[in-house]
Amino acid sequence: MTRYASIWFPYLLTEYAIRKKPELRDVPFVLVSPQRGRMVIDSATATAMQKGIRPGMVLADCKAIFPDLLMVKSEPGRPEKLLYALAEWSIGYTPFAAVDLPDGLILDTSGCTHLWGGETAYLENIKTKMAAYGYTVHTAIADTIGTAWSAARFGQPATIIKTGKQRDFLLQLPPEALRLEPEIQARLKKLGLQRIDSFIDMPRAALRRRFGETLPLRIGQALGHEVEMAIPIKPVEPYQERLCSMEPISTATGIAIALQKLLEILCQRLDSEGMGLRYCVFKAYRVDGDVQQIEIGTGHPSRNARHLFRLFEHKIATLEPALGFELFLLEATKTETVTEAQAAIWNMQSQNDTKIAELLDRISAKTGNHAIRRFLPDEHYWPERSVKQAKPLWEKPTTTWRTDLPRPIHLLDQPEVIEVTAVLPDYPPMLFRYKGKLYTLKKADGPERIEPEWWLSDGLFRDYYCVEDEDGARYWVFRSGPYHAGQPEWFIHGFFA
Amino acid sequence: MQAATEKIALAKELQAKINAMQGLGKPSGEPAIAGLAPFDNAFPGHVFPTGAIHEFVSYEPSHAAATSGFITAVAGKILKEGGLCLWIGNEKKIFPPGLKHFGLEPDRVIFIQTLKQKEKLWIIEEALKCEALTIVVGEMKELGFTESRRLQLAVEHSGVTGFIHRFCPYSENAVACATRWKITPLASIPNDDLPGVGNSCWDVQLLKVKNGRPASWQISWMDKQFVQSGQKNFFSPSFHERHTGS
Repeated sequence: MTRYASIWFPYLLTEYAIRKKPELRDVPFVLVSPQRGRMVIDSATATAMQKGIRPGMVLADCKAIFPDLLMVKSEPGRPEKLLYALAEWSIGYTPFAAVDLPDGLILDTSGCTHLWGGETAYLENIKTKMAAYGYTVHTAIADTIGTAWSAARFGQPATIIKTGKQRDFLLQLPPEALRLEPEIQARLKKLGLQRIDSFIDMPRAALRRRFGETLPLRIGQALGHEVEMAIPIKPVEPYQERLCSMEPISTATGIAIALQKLLEILCQRLDSEGMGLRYCVFKAYRVDGDVQQIEIGTGHPSRNARHLFRLFEHKIATLEPALGFELFLLEATKTETVTEAQAAIWNMQSQNDTKIAELLDRISAKTGNHAIRRFLPDEHYWPERSVKQAKPLWEKPTTTWRTDLPRPIHLLDQPEVIEVTAVLPDYPPMLFRYKGKLYTLKKADGPERIEPEWWLSDGLFRDYYCVEDEDGARYWVFRSGPYHAGQPEWFIHGFFA
Repeated sequence: MQAATEKIALAKELQAKINAMQGLGKPSGEPAIAGLAPFDNAFPGHVFPTGAIHEFVSYEPSHAAATSGFITAVAGKILKEGGLCLWIGNEKKIFPPGLKHFGLEPDRVIFIQTLKQKEKLWIIEEALKCEALTIVVGEMKELGFTESRRLQLAVEHSGVTGFIHRFCPYSENAVACATRWKITPLASIPNDDLPGVGNSCWDVQLLKVKNGRPASWQISWMDKQFVQSGQKNFFSPSFHERHTGS
């Protein structure tokens, strides 16, 4: 059974202002913003409310009654930002937290409350934590978002509505508890329908005709007949494990133990479902609200807890516990099915493949993924394009490696300019100067003309010569372009063994 | 007389055991690697030592290329039966199509690039510890004694063959590797007296070898085989001889 908690912040903005400026704590003040050429009150503190000031009043009127009323300008967009941050904070209580504008949060508490010892204790915990931050909250848990919403705002503090009892609770409440637009509320009042029980049993068709689509919809949502969706701030990962700690954890050993536990649980789950993990994030929630994370990736779907822990191991030191972490979250953001066919990659025993995959994972965790490369032949003559990187690393070659043409064992990343003496028109060089040193050549092969593929790039063709100097060292040099277009440039491109 | 021969046999047996413990030379009974026969005599037990670290030193780009070629050729022979090679270097230098010529399947090689010396040593050590690999090639400038001993210890457990190629080291300091090689190119032998560049030729110097005899060979690479040239004067004098006058 799904259970929702609604958290209402009756003084969200003013309490935020107090948090920023503690000197405002004991002063009644209001937050104002300009609307149609006058200053209108957005929210007021509890003490100001006692004096009869309500949001929506014009500041000038209030000033006339209370000349020493303090006013603070409200920032546009602040409630959204604030609620988003609070929703992020409440991820510690449930993976599903949604913002409920303008002044509340919706949490899906299904399967979470028992970790705090029941729903009452759960709400009590939230309330205490929030009070420590300086926020007053009214909370409630019910089967539906609608009922939880009204219970938080119209019920006793920390109301728990038992499963299926939404109707009994709603009957006594005024129509405002149904999240209706002011016009509909006014119309209901005008018709003398002061409480929900006076119209809840009316035929839906009649309600729809008189009050529009919203009223029956809201009633249905509150009672659970209609589906209501809240949008969580973070999509819930299907493979996610969480570990709350009784005491804040601040040592590397403690974090490592937590990580190991989570990995074991996650890997067991992956194993039973035949899945393997490709990318994994470990999040640590600090007591002061800070969230830190470390992440790893694997080249192969893996569900070996020991191996995954080794990948995480040296990253643990990058977490800054300060006063300690109170919640750990492990999410497998990318998973793949493990197929047994994958095993035979190198025609070796599958055991060896796993070992190599694990070694490469460890290396990529240390150096980054780009450092590991494997090459496959590509059907191009142009040397730079004749190899391509294998993606994924285990890709099988589609063509064979050619051996009919001489290719050097060392290839320079960029061909380097050399000064050459050569007999015209197309004899190989007799000597060349490279990095200030003169090489006298004794033997040469060539030329091998390679044209740049015009559909890929333009440029001059290259005439490659394989040359050997008097020491026996062999080089791969080329002339860029023909002679008739001025003096062509010569380059050294590689070294033969 | 009989006692003396028994003693000699016993000493030989013990030597073989010690060699095996040192990760040098296989315990008797295991066959030598086919194709590395020209070098076998220099090593203890007349077997090219796999499961050991071989150190190569070179000082010039062309010598480095020759060394890479030689390493590739040896690795190709060892990898004949299957296996995987990890090539750890500074930058993208090795041109994979060039490996095929020396009998190493380029797609059996995984290249790892990193500039940081510490990271490189860590990767080489981890790789050498991984029994699933067959060959690990590490390109680096400096290698200290302590580091080399760690690498040697790693291979003694796993049986992986390691090649450390040091390009332009400050000094040829003592290291715990089983061998030290220096490969320099020699003028190639023309194919059937045709003009042009022929097969690769190297002056292979085995400068140090544990419990073996240092030696030098003039080797050419012909038809995917190491071929030792008997007639020395066939070649031009080696690079070393020409530059030292010896």
